[in-house]
Amino acid sequence: MSARTLFDKVWTEHEVVAETADTPAVLYIDLHLTHEVTSPQAFSMLRAAGLPVRRLDRTLATMDHSTPTEAAQVFGRIPIKVDAAARQVRQLEANAADFGVELFDMRDARRGIVHVISPELGATQPGMTVVCGDSHTSTHGAFGALAFGIGSTEVGHVFATQALLQRKPKSFAVNVEGKLRPGVTAKDLILHIIGKIGVSGGTGHVLEYRGSTIRALSMDERMTVCNMSIEAGARAGMIAPDQITFDYLRGRPRAPAGAAWDDAVTRWRNLVTDEGAVFDASVDIDASRLEPMVTYGTNPGMVLPIGASIPAHEGDEIFDKALRYMGFHSGDAMLGKPVNTVFIGSCTNGRLSDLEAAAHILKGRKVAPGVHLLIVPGSQQIKREAEAAGYADIFKAAGADWRESGCSMCLGMNGDTVAAGMYSLSTSNRNFEGRQGVGARTLLASPFTAAASAVQGRIADPRELL
Amino acid sequence: MQPIKRIHSKTVVIASSNIDTDQIVPARFLTTTTKEGLGKQLFADWRYAADGSPNPDFILNQVQASGAHVLVAGRNFGCGSSREHAPWALLDYGFRAVISTEIADIFRGNSLKNGLLPVVVDEVTSRWLLEHPGVEVDIDLEKALLSLPTGVQVPFPIEAFARHCLINGLDELGYLQSKLDDIKRYEAAHEHAAARPTGAAGQPPA
Repeated sequence: MSARTLFDKVWTEHEVVAETADTPAVLYIDLHLTHEVTSPQAFSMLRAAGLPVRRLDRTLATMDHSTPTEAAQVFGRIPIKVDAAARQVRQLEANAADFGVELFDMRDARRGIVHVISPELGATQPGMTVVCGDSHTSTHGAFGALAFGIGSTEVGHVFATQALLQRKPKSFAVNVEGKLRPGVTAKDLILHIIGKIGVSGGTGHVLEYRGSTIRALSMDERMTVCNMSIEAGARAGMIAPDQITFDYLRGRPRAPAGAAWDDAVTRWRNLVTDEGAVFDASVDIDASRLEPMVTYGTNPGMVLPIGASIPAHEGDEIFDKALRYMGFHSGDAMLGKPVNTVFIGSCTNGRLSDLEAAAHILKGRKVAPGVHLLIVPGSQQIKREAEAAGYADIFKAAGADWRESGCSMCLGMNGDTVAAGMYSLSTSNRNFEGRQGVGARTLLASPFTAAASAVQGRIADPRELL
Repeated sequence: MQPIKRIHSKTVVIASSNIDTDQIVPARFLTTTTKEGLGKQLFADWRYAADGSPNPDFILNQVQASGAHVLVAGRNFGCGSSREHAPWALLDYGFRAVISTEIADIFRGNSLKNGLLPVVVDEVTSRWLLEHPGVEVDIDLEKALLSLPTGVQVPFPIEAFARHCLINGLDELGYLQSKLDDIKRYEAAHEHAAARPTGAAGQPPA
C-alpha cells in the first residue's frame, strides 16, 4: 500500500460508503458531543420525523455556551439572569431526558466546556471521528482524532444515523521545528501560524501539525494549537498520537482499561503519517525565534509579536476599518496599550496548565487598579484541581474574579460581556467585532501575556514578570 | 425545502472581507431554540445603533437594498463559528445566494442544507460585482452558471450531490437513511470496546 497521511488513515477507516463523482462519502461518527445552543433545532427535527437518537452510547451532552459562571446562578440560589439562556438550558434538560442522551447538567461535577470535558473524561480517543455543533471541535484533533464542527442540520443527521455525508478535504502539513523560548507558548505558536497562512489559508484542508516542536508539546498545549485550526479556516487540525497522548489518556474514566487498553494502544501506534506520504499543501515554521504574540485587529490573522508596531496598508479600506474599530493607528506600539478587562479561560486556554501559567505570574502580585481580571476554568474538574493546587487562592489574593466553568466571556451570550469601546485582553480564540459584547475591542494572547497585562494595567511582555 | 433552479435578482454589496458569523448573527441571539425570525437580527451590530434604531449608513437600511435576493461580499465570507443561525438569518431576511471569491467551509455546508446558494467566483468577476452594486444577475443552478448584465457568463463550482438536492428540493437526511443497512454493516465490522465513549444506558440498535 502506498504511503498515507494520518488524516487519510482515519478518514478511510470511517468510510461507510466511499465518495463518487455524484455522491459524497458516508462517514461514520464515533463520538457526537452536543450542547444547548446548536441542538434544539436538531431535537425538533427528530421529534417531527418521529426518530430516536440512534446511538446513545456515542452521544454526550453538556451545557457551556449560555450558562452563567456566577456560582449563585449555577447552583440555583438565584435564577439565571439571561432569560433566553435559561430557556435554552431547560430545553436541553428536557431534550436529553426525552431522548435518553447522557447529560452533564448545570450542577453536575463533570460539567464544563464541551471541548475540555471530553478529553478530560478520556472520551476523545486517537483515530476517532468526533463531531459537535461547534467549530472548535477541532480541539480533539490533538489526540489524532478527525474532529470537526458541524451545523444543526448535521447534528440532526448524526443523531438519526450516526453518520454524515462528507466530501474528503485536502491535507496540509504544518511543519514546526525548533524549541519555544521561555515565555512563548502554544498559543503564541498557533497565532503565529494563523498570521502566516491567513484566516482562510486552511480552507478545504485538514491540517496536520508535525515536527519536533509539536512532539515536545503537552496534551494541553496540543489542544490549544488544534483548537484554533478553524481560525485558519481549516476543516480540522490533527496531531499524531504518541506516548504523551497515551500517558494522558491512561486511567481516565471513559478510556479503555485492562486488555482493551493494550489493544487500543497497539492500534493507536499506527496512527502516524507514513514516511514519504504526500500532502496537498505544506508550510514550514521556525518556532525557535517566536515571540509572545498579540492581535491588533478584528480577525485572528491580524497578529504581531508583542514588541512590534501596527503595520500600515495604504489604501486598504477594510484594514483601516478594523483599526478604526479597535481605536488603533498604523505605527502604534502594542506594548503599553491600555486594557480594561482581562479574560483567562475558554476552550483555547481554560485548562489546568493555562491556570498554572496565570498563577505563576500573579503569585504575590495585584491586578492593576481599574482592571477586571476574570478567570474561568474550562471545567468543574479543572476548577477543583486549581483550587487544590492553590491557584484559586493566588487569583483571589491578586484581586481576580474566580468563577464556575463555561464559555463565559469568549462570546457574549451568557451574561459575561465586555462593555462597548473597552479593551479586553483575552486568552480565547476570536477577536471579531462584538464577539465579547457589542462594541467590545478584543486582543488575543496567551495566559502569560494576559496575566502580566492584568498586573501592569496595559499590554505587557510576560517575560518581564516570569 | 423549496427546490431552487434559478435565481434572478439585483445584488446587495457588503465589500468587507472575512465577514464572520458573529457579524452575520451576533452570539447573543443564539439563545433561540427555533430557526425562524432571525432575519431581524441579520448583521445586527452593523444594522442597528445602540438604541435599536436603524443605522442609515448600512446598506440593508437603504432603499436600494429592498427586494434583493443576492448578497455580494468580500473574500472568505462566513468564517468563524458553525452556527447554522447564520444561513437561517440570511434566508429569513430574504437572501437566496451569496457570491464571494471564497466561502468558509462550515458556512458553505450549512447554507447548502438550507437552500442558500454559495457562489464562488474568480477575482475579476468578484471585483466587478463589488464595484457595481445593485446590478441584476442571473444564477442558473442547473447549468451552474452566473450571468452578469454585461453578457459575461461565469461558471461556478457546486458539489454534484448538493446541486441535485437543491434542484429537487430534497433533504439529505433521506439519502443518509437509505444507507442505514450499510451503516449497520459498518458497525458490525468495527465495534470495539475502545470506542464506546459515553455512559448512556442505550444499547446499539439491532
